Amino acid sequence: MKLLKNLLKSPMFVIGMSLFLVTILIAIFGPLFYAINTDRVGVPYDMPNAQFWLGLDNYGRDYVSLLIRGLGSSLYVGVIAGVIATTIGTLIGLYGGFKGGLADDILSVLTNLFVVIPQFVILILISTTFEKRSLALVAMIIGFTAWTWSARGVRAQAAALKSKDHISLARLNGDNTLKVLVVHILPYILSYVFMVFILQVSSGILSEAAISMIGLGPTGDNAISLGVILNDANRYGGLSDKNWHAFIPATCVISALVFALYLINTSMEGVFNPRLRK
Amino acid sequence: MLKQYPTARFILMRAGWYFVTFLVAVTINFYLPRLGPNNPVDIIMAQAGSGTSREDMRIKEEMYLMEFGLVKMKASRDAGGRAVKEMVRDAEGKPVRASNFEQFITYLGMCLKGDLGTSFYKQSKKVTDVIKEAVPWTIALQLPTILFGWIVGNLLGALAAYRRGVFDKVFFPVALGLSSFPFFVFGMLLVAFFALTLGWFPPMGGYDNAIPGFNWPFLSSAAHHYVLPFFSIFLILAGGQAIGMRSMGIYELGTDYIKYAKWLGLRETTVLLYLFRNAMLPQITGLALSLGTMIGGALITEMIFSYPGLGMAMLDAVTKNDYPVIQGVTLIITVSVLIANFTVDILIAFLDPRVKAGVQMGKGL
Repeated sequence: MKLLKNLLKSPMFVIGMSLFLVTILIAIFGPLFYAINTDRVGVPYDMPNAQFWLGLDNYGRDYVSLLIRGLGSSLYVGVIAGVIATTIGTLIGLYGGFKGGLADDILSVLTNLFVVIPQFVILILISTTFEKRSLALVAMIIGFTAWTWSARGVRAQAAALKSKDHISLARLNGDNTLKVLVVHILPYILSYVFMVFILQVSSGILSEAAISMIGLGPTGDNAISLGVILNDANRYGGLSDKNWHAFIPATCVISALVFALYLINTSMEGVFNPRLRK
Repeated sequence: MLKQYPTARFILMRAGWYFVTFLVAVTINFYLPRLGPNNPVDIIMAQAGSGTSREDMRIKEEMYLMEFGLVKMKASRDAGGRAVKEMVRDAEGKPVRASNFEQFITYLGMCLKGDLGTSFYKQSKKVTDVIKEAVPWTIALQLPTILFGWIVGNLLGALAAYRRGVFDKVFFPVALGLSSFPFFVFGMLLVAFFALTLGWFPPMGGYDNAIPGFNWPFLSSAAHHYVLPFFSIFLILAGGQAIGMRSMGIYELGTDYIKYAKWLGLRETTVLLYLFRNAMLPQITGLALSLGTMIGGALITEMIFSYPGLGMAMLDAVTKNDYPVIQGVTLIITVSVLIANFTVDILIAFLDPRVKAGVQMGKGL
């Protein structure tokens, strides 16, 4: 509670959190207030007008509808990928860092291997094997390839905690590994894990956009994400023909999302590490 | 024996580790795309299928099977008695398909010889040739940009940490804003403003109608096309590095050794030097860690600017399902990231004696 109070005192956190909440609200409740229609409704790249506030895309679809739908998809991919990556990373890091010995060595080697092999490369390789990719599949692929650096971070934290006095006391008390991990270590690194999660969501959203830009994003008629919108704009001349409405709104939405998450993360860093605050 | 030479020992151990990583990367690179149902030859044959006779189809298929190493081969001699390789055939005369593992061994051998196979398109061009054309552009764009952005960002960050005050108050939010932009989004905004609205720079391509080579029209045109992609990566990278360096600097400023150095009455520049050296280390590690992400991000930047590097080659290959090229490009990216990481590791060992000492005591890796 005191933590939340401290966080609310940080203007960065308040701005970031409000921005993030607004995007979520638009994604969830937008369809209630705006008649979403992702069919062809006019000529390609029609300029913004009274009926279509942000104009039409290369297929003649309404950009406002596409953006609301895309925002929802990107958030969905980001959160699912974030949950998967954070969970795997935390489990591996926590276990390795706390256990030490052979288990730690094996897990560390595994982590270090995949930290240096670029995630983007693995993402491309896996995505090429699937001809049809649903949003959930894209989210899972991203999540299962993004856990490495969070495992490394959590491992360092857990290893540092391992030799603290209260852990030794708990052990003397006869607590088993699971109990020590859950009761005595997890609470200490929970704030760190939460920060990792925020970063994973943001990098998940960016990964989706990046993989879609290269043409390996979600497929199918209903697959509309911010990355797919940007890919269409890039591929079908939105960038070269002065059709600013083809990519400026989408870039703004994705930047706002990432910026909000970044603000939340940075402000939390400030609260947890008071020296940065002054 | 190597115990007497901790540096050599360290370098050898790291080299060994990176070689293992390389093998894993090659394995992943080979097996991942084969997890799916896509068989490259079937795909090509389906595309080339219509309008050719049965016999033509058969010859074509066998040619492709051999070209992509999908069949078992055996050594034999041709009519003139020279050693050649030919396909192993079953009783019906059909070529025997090689198992995934046999294909992998062939692939590994080819990789070590520097042969990455043949493109499905572009008249059966070699993948290495596709890559050779693209790599100079990518290196020319990314290497200076990443190094330059990293150095400038760290200098500014250290300055902000040390000075604080007005400089920091203006600098910090700007850097924060910059670094939170994704590479490609920033690239798009730069195109929109400086190329499409103001028309100062060309929106796409690596050069205009000039013959690539060492001549003035080409170099000036290439330089003109270089500006926007350069800044789209440089600014974001510098912003991110500056933020990291600033917080490291602030942290180090509060440590005992800096206080002690100040109490001793050392000159400000000397104290700063100590501070910089120690705050630098995590930044160098950070550079190594983020190289993979950076290069991935910069590939997308290349695509946005239609810059003729690996990013475009990849986009092209993905659009056409050209698996050998996709695999070749991913392998090249991985290898270059591994080399960069290795270099950074060695660099750190020279800058930070603790790293080498750690290996000596058997705690490394």
